[in-house]
Amino acid sequence: MQRHLVLRVTTKLLMPFILLFALYVQFHGDFGPGGGFQAGVIFGAGFILYALVYGIKNARLVAPDYVIRVLIAAGLLLYIGVGFAGLFLGGKFLDYNVLASDPVSGQHLGILLVELGVGVTVAATMITVFFAFAARGRDEG
Amino acid sequence: MARQEGGRVIEILVDIVLLSFLAVMAVGILRLRNLFAVVMLSGIYSLISAGLFVTMDAVDVAFTEAAVGGGISTVLMLATLALTTDKEKEPLANLQIWPLLAVFITGAALIYGTLDMPSFGDPQAPIHLHVADRYVAEGPGATGVPNIVTAVLASYRSYDTMGELTVIFTAGIGVMLLLGAGSRRRKD
Repeated sequence: MQRHLVLRVTTKLLMPFILLFALYVQFHGDFGPGGGFQAGVIFGAGFILYALVYGIKNARLVAPDYVIRVLIAAGLLLYIGVGFAGLFLGGKFLDYNVLASDPVSGQHLGILLVELGVGVTVAATMITVFFAFAARGRDEG
Repeated sequence: MARQEGGRVIEILVDIVLLSFLAVMAVGILRLRNLFAVVMLSGIYSLISAGLFVTMDAVDVAFTEAAVGGGISTVLMLATLALTTDKEKEPLANLQIWPLLAVFITGAALIYGTLDMPSFGDPQAPIHLHVADRYVAEGPGATGVPNIVTAVLASYRSYDTMGELTVIFTAGIGVMLLLGAGSRRRKD
């Protein structure tokens, strides 16, 4: 797709909005529809669009494999880490009430962090899966 | 009151239109032999399902369906077609009676099973008699999160969400191992 000028320009224009919308869905999930899962998918879709139009090689420069691989685990570790934080602060596993001075803000903080973990892992997994499929075709083709 | 009635009529009309679109898509997916068109139709199928979820006021589910079913799945299916082929093989015989019979009996059993289910939005349904009322009543106050779906997913049911995230993590690792994402070792 190196020569499709309209696609290339449109992608470049849309990219910041897609990523910003993903972040909006991520952090506004407390108030409206959305959350970590949807945000992660949208964020991943932004990178996939970039890889489709500009080629997998350029996309890998933006999102190198080792970073993505670390992020897949980091999201899940953040989730489990929040669980253990509750444990160490005197509550139960995944008990958010003890994370802050009062239970409601503790719940808010816990939900925010946990959703962030979901978003990071989902986005990194989507990017990895797409790169794995697309790169395989490139190698053998 | 009349306005509410009108709203209900429009909702039923929208449901009928969306459901008949779904049926058309399903028949199209069955009949077509060009897998590229099949993938596109299944993407549209997901998008229409998302529309149906919106009419049922399940916006979070609709959002996920539109993003995952209509977006990512379609792209991954297209990537798979690029690796394999986009033409389906011709079936061996025109009409095979036993598979058809099995499908009909299974379908009839499933439809018979739905007769026992509570009707949509029934306040006496078992799901509404357990903890749902407490979540709706206490959720926003106890968690400070106005979106009850998020409160249930991330707080009341955070163990389940952790399990789901582990599934996604495992799927990603599995694809990396099977397709060798980013490994340079295959070249030697």
